[in-house]
Amino acid sequence: MIHSLFLINCSGDIFLEKHWKSVVSQSVCDYFFEAQEKAADVENVPPVISTPHHYLISIYRDKLFFVSVIQTEVPPLFVIEFLHRVADTFQDYFGECSEAAIKDNVVIVYELLEEMLDNGFPLATESNILKELIKPPTILRSVVNSITGSSNVGDTLPTGQLSNIPWRRAGVKYTNNEAYFDVVEEIDAIIDKSGSTVFAEIQGVIDACIKLSGMPDLSLSFMNPRLLDDVSFHPCIRFKRWESERVLSFIPPDGNFRLISYRVSSQNLVAIPVYVKHSISFKENSSCGRFDITIGPKQNMGKTIEAITVTVHMPKVVLNMNLTPTQGSYTFDPVTKVLTWDVGKITPQKLPSLKGLVNLQSGAPKPEENPSLNIQFKIQQLAISGLKVNRLDMYGEKYKPFKGVKYVTKAGKFQVRT
Amino acid sequence: MSSNSFAYNEQSGGGEATELGQEATSTISPSGAFGLFSSDMKKNEDLKQMLESNKDSAKLDAMKRIVGMIAKGKNASELFPAVVKNVASKNIEIKKLVYVYLVRYAEEQQDLALLSISTFQRALKDPNQLIRASALRVLSSIRVPIIVPIMMLAIKEASADLSPYVRKNAAHAIQKLYSLDPEQKEMLIEIIEKLLKDKSTLVAGSVVMAFEEVCPDRIDLIHKNYRKLCNLLVDVEEWGQVVIIHMLTRYARTQFVSPWKEGDGLEDNEKDFYDSDEEQKEKADKRKRPYTMDPDHRLLIRNTKPLLQSRNAAVVMAVAQLYWHIAPKSEAGIISKSLVRLLRSNREVQYIVLQNIATMSIQRKGMFEPYLKSFYVRSTDPTMIKILKLEILTNLANEANISTLLREFQTYVKSQDKQFAAATIQTIGRCATSITEVSDTCLNGLVCLLSNRDEIVVAESVVVIKKLLQMQPIQHGEIIKHMAKLLDSITVPVARASILWLIGENCERVPKIAPDVLRKTAKSFTSEDDLVKLQILNLGAKLYLTNSKQTKLLTQYILNLGKYDQNYDIRDRTRFIRQLIVPNEKSGALSKYAKKIFLAQKPAPLLESPFKDRDHFQLGTLSHTLNTKATGYLELSNWPEVAPDPSVRNVEVIELAKEWTPAGKAKKENPDEKFYSESEEEEDSSESSSDSESASGSESGEDEEEDHSGDSGEDSGESGSESEAGKGRAAKHAKARGKGDSKDVDKEKENSKSSESSSGESSSIEESSSDSESESESESESESRTITKAKEKKTKQDRNPLTKDVSLLDLDDFNPVSSPVVLPTPALSPSLIADLEGLNLSATSSVISVSTPVFVPGKTHVLLHRMSGKGLAAHYFFPRQPCIFGDKMVSVQITLNNTTDQKIENIHVGGKKLPMGMQMHVFNPIESLEPAGSITVSVGIDFCDSTQTASFQLCTKDDCFSVNIQPPVGELLLPVAMSEKDFKKEQGLQLKLCTVGH
Repeated sequence: MIHSLFLINCSGDIFLEKHWKSVVSQSVCDYFFEAQEKAADVENVPPVISTPHHYLISIYRDKLFFVSVIQTEVPPLFVIEFLHRVADTFQDYFGECSEAAIKDNVVIVYELLEEMLDNGFPLATESNILKELIKPPTILRSVVNSITGSSNVGDTLPTGQLSNIPWRRAGVKYTNNEAYFDVVEEIDAIIDKSGSTVFAEIQGVIDACIKLSGMPDLSLSFMNPRLLDDVSFHPCIRFKRWESERVLSFIPPDGNFRLISYRVSSQNLVAIPVYVKHSISFKENSSCGRFDITIGPKQNMGKTIEAITVTVHMPKVVLNMNLTPTQGSYTFDPVTKVLTWDVGKITPQKLPSLKGLVNLQSGAPKPEENPSLNIQFKIQQLAISGLKVNRLDMYGEKYKPFKGVKYVTKAGKFQVRT
Repeated sequence: MSSNSFAYNEQSGGGEATELGQEATSTISPSGAFGLFSSDMKKNEDLKQMLESNKDSAKLDAMKRIVGMIAKGKNASELFPAVVKNVASKNIEIKKLVYVYLVRYAEEQQDLALLSISTFQRALKDPNQLIRASALRVLSSIRVPIIVPIMMLAIKEASADLSPYVRKNAAHAIQKLYSLDPEQKEMLIEIIEKLLKDKSTLVAGSVVMAFEEVCPDRIDLIHKNYRKLCNLLVDVEEWGQVVIIHMLTRYARTQFVSPWKEGDGLEDNEKDFYDSDEEQKEKADKRKRPYTMDPDHRLLIRNTKPLLQSRNAAVVMAVAQLYWHIAPKSEAGIISKSLVRLLRSNREVQYIVLQNIATMSIQRKGMFEPYLKSFYVRSTDPTMIKILKLEILTNLANEANISTLLREFQTYVKSQDKQFAAATIQTIGRCATSITEVSDTCLNGLVCLLSNRDEIVVAESVVVIKKLLQMQPIQHGEIIKHMAKLLDSITVPVARASILWLIGENCERVPKIAPDVLRKTAKSFTSEDDLVKLQILNLGAKLYLTNSKQTKLLTQYILNLGKYDQNYDIRDRTRFIRQLIVPNEKSGALSKYAKKIFLAQKPAPLLESPFKDRDHFQLGTLSHTLNTKATGYLELSNWPEVAPDPSVRNVEVIELAKEWTPAGKAKKENPDEKFYSESEEEEDSSESSSDSESASGSESGEDEEEDHSGDSGEDSGESGSESEAGKGRAAKHAKARGKGDSKDVDKEKENSKSSESSSGESSSIEESSSDSESESESESESESRTITKAKEKKTKQDRNPLTKDVSLLDLDDFNPVSSPVVLPTPALSPSLIADLEGLNLSATSSVISVSTPVFVPGKTHVLLHRMSGKGLAAHYFFPRQPCIFGDKMVSVQITLNNTTDQKIENIHVGGKKLPMGMQMHVFNPIESLEPAGSITVSVGIDFCDSTQTASFQLCTKDDCFSVNIQPPVGELLLPVAMSEKDFKKEQGLQLKLCTVGH
């Protein structure tokens, strides 16, 4: 399936290559570079490229291109999903998926790639198994290794690979047994000029951090499971149990993982926690315009809205901006034309606003359309959909774990058209 | 050193340059004579030295640097001899890195690579399954044709290995061998056939992958395994699921008749778009004769449904395409929700999913209409995503939603992303043609855009308006006039050409403007684009024919210009037009018809979706994405008119059961389809708790067949025995709990109080999870009593994961094949023995006389590996002698070896953890064992006629090691000699007992 993998950085250097079958020359990447040039923007490089002898399927992650070489028919999503899994694994191992991190740990990267694919077919992709096979680098371990000459290749054998629960390693032992769940919901919305909602839905995930000894069998139930319209599960979840009782029953992997992700359908009314008043205008035949936005809370369920940031991609003709924020600070990058306003918290007594003048390139026609505003915010202790975890029970082990659930609501792709 | 090499370089460089060049090109490794590589050379020299040192750390360092070189794509092949020596290194990391190196360079250095083969061959016989597996993996990855026979042999052996993990690797190796030597196809197919029968979820995905690669056309191999694959699917790892689903889609299309109502395809086009699928189905049902779906077809559709909930986008897509291609149209609707969910994912996933939705939405609009808003474009989307979304929006447009959509499009047209704005204009054009109600609105909107500031937008509008006007032969004189004016400002060639064509076509409607336009363009002819020049020629010709008075001279001027143009197309066209329109003596009959030719009614262009023709590719494939047939693409066949014989999928249980149960026992088993799944379930529950539930859940369908399958599952001896054992364990568990001290009970109470769920449920879960291994269960018991003790045990267990593996393996691992039995097949299945437990074998039958074994295998099993035993190694074997400690006991001989260089003192058996009823007679403590010394002791174990593991601790003065003995079934039997008659009599008796037991 997957023949080879090339890692390419933003400046077009191939800094790592790995072949699972016969070696494919680096020159195959020239087709990729060609497509990249044509696309102008990294975001627009087509993920699937056909070359005379091979097919290139690539992903773009953290300023790196993962380009895989394929020779025969394969579902493209299979490869894309796998490449993302590789990037996730790097992230997991090195804390970041960057060129520097990969170059520093090239041996571990190679060992990982060797274990993850056999003859181009995925072999072990569960992080729990991989970590048993190849221990992630830590400063302490690298010091110890250099003194004792021991290695970071696990000498225990990955029993998980053989069992029916490949996601959990055996013999987990903690002194403090803890299970934390983060319910994170993101609001995706498009708000039109007049402030009415064109489209809104809630995308939620439950991320878990489980540090429990032995083989705990957990079941998590909700007060209002009917809210969850469309759910995707981690493989550990027993599907039938969910179907019949709406209870999440599972033997968890060890450590951090995403338990479920769900969507609360757009049919339900989605509460929009902020509103924006805006007036952006460019004057005809004069090289300036006015810019004025104000943000206020709305349907915030009595919680404070924090960490608000407004990002605006200004039109190309904008040269500079002279603004005064009543709160927070703003930056304008004259090269990328991106205005970022870091607002912070909203206090209802005094609504934050950003006002001022826009300098345009003289002589150029005024922009056709006003830019849209991308808004980020965060509300602690609230799941905007109203989802509530009822209880968590543990079976199979005798100790009493410490349990915790946290709710956060964030803005996802939240866009206000002006 | 460096100065030396420099001097050498200079010298040789000054010498024969030609020879040098040859050398540099002929050898793969950089030749030392080449100045550029001299530093590399030196570096490699010290790498060699490091590799030859006897310190592991130096070797490891060197290997790490070499891997770094490989990763960067630098050539490290000349180190091959130095690296390959380390293939047998004791250090696991060095070994792994050497493997990496070998796989990369073996192809280039075939002769040297052969040196490593023997190491792998040895490792293939290793008692540890993971070592066997990795040896097979590397061996099969070395692409050296000479070792094909060795690989073949290794694969054959591995495919019969007891460990499913090794068998999985064998399946992978099949593909590798096939690509190395396609000649081996026939033999490989045999192995694939064998592996397809495998019941392990580990193997299923890999073997189907091998099947797809080697012999995708041998659909006949799938028949017998079809139901099993369907039932296993949920438990297979995600990557395997994708492959299996794609294969089964193809299979279903060849084996079942179409569930789609006849004429459905037609209906789709004819009927209104917004009819929901439900209605469609109802309508169809009234008219058509009833269709009954093959239960196997239904099985596949039902069993793939849960996978729509997978976190893996590839799995979701695979199920979606399966539903699209083989499910009844009324049921395919459920996939849209899951596909829309994937749109939250990465840009690459979005791209592929949107492409597939685009294809689907052309044929079945209703499916995605409820999700219309999910395809609204955000300004932050990458352009390629925006354009795909737009495509889908266009496909979904209908009378009901067009006004909302047009409002949305208005925003898009103003987008800063001009490519996207242009695409939106195209889209508006398409909507205008497909929905007649709004065509005027669209046209007006487009005309407004003509005054847009951006040239690309205007140009695109012009092109689209041209197409629209062509379709509606109504008077649009005003628009044409407006466009003629635009000609002064627009520079985009396509737009200019479109305007010129439009004026030419309508030259009689705008009689005043047309000649003026011609005049203007004649002036600028030489500087125009080729495309525009051609249209100027056309315009000239048309005007010449309709209005020759005004334009004759102008046209001739243009024709003269065209005659000497640099582009031969234009010169050709000029010559052609001149002959056709300008009357001269030579011109033939054609010129009479010139007007008809030029001003004929032209068919309007059809504005079509670029995804229209993609539906002949299977969705979700590479070919679909590229819209060309990719190498290795397998066509999806059309539904057969008449379904092929469905009975080919019936699994003949009897034949298969023979492997497991003694011949005499296979009786009333009906060839039930659920046989596999049931036995699999048994395996699951015995292996681990997690999947038993989901598996059993997936089985508990509404079907009646379930009932039969329950029977057959029990009947087959193998699983029967297991359930027996399970019961035993559960009983023990309950008992042990009862015994548990009061504290324990209190805790339990607290738990049940705090948990809302019923206590019955909780206990059942606990049981199922603890049932998995008797060992872990008893451990958790003891853990609650004394923490310190438990800890101690835990560490011991950690140190000895190997022995634990054994119990994790599939049941078939301890089927009698495991020991080289030459004896006649045992007459009793373990379940029978369990049934007969009350009866003393030797007492009941006088006819049975114990005989001495004909053959005693010399095979020893590892009890304690020297690595995990801190130098103490222990092996055991079954001498097949009557046990001296008791007649119910099986005698086991244990050989202890001291591989350390110190004395090991006081070797004895520590704590025993035996399942209910089991007994063990231990050996007397051994005071000391000299270095390199070995001693054989014998113990007796009463296994209670079951294959349960006897766990105990082997202790030395300082350490304790947990070890297990698990007897193969064959070792539990007493060798007896009896006449055929007596045998039959016994058999009858036992059968009777058996039926009573059930």
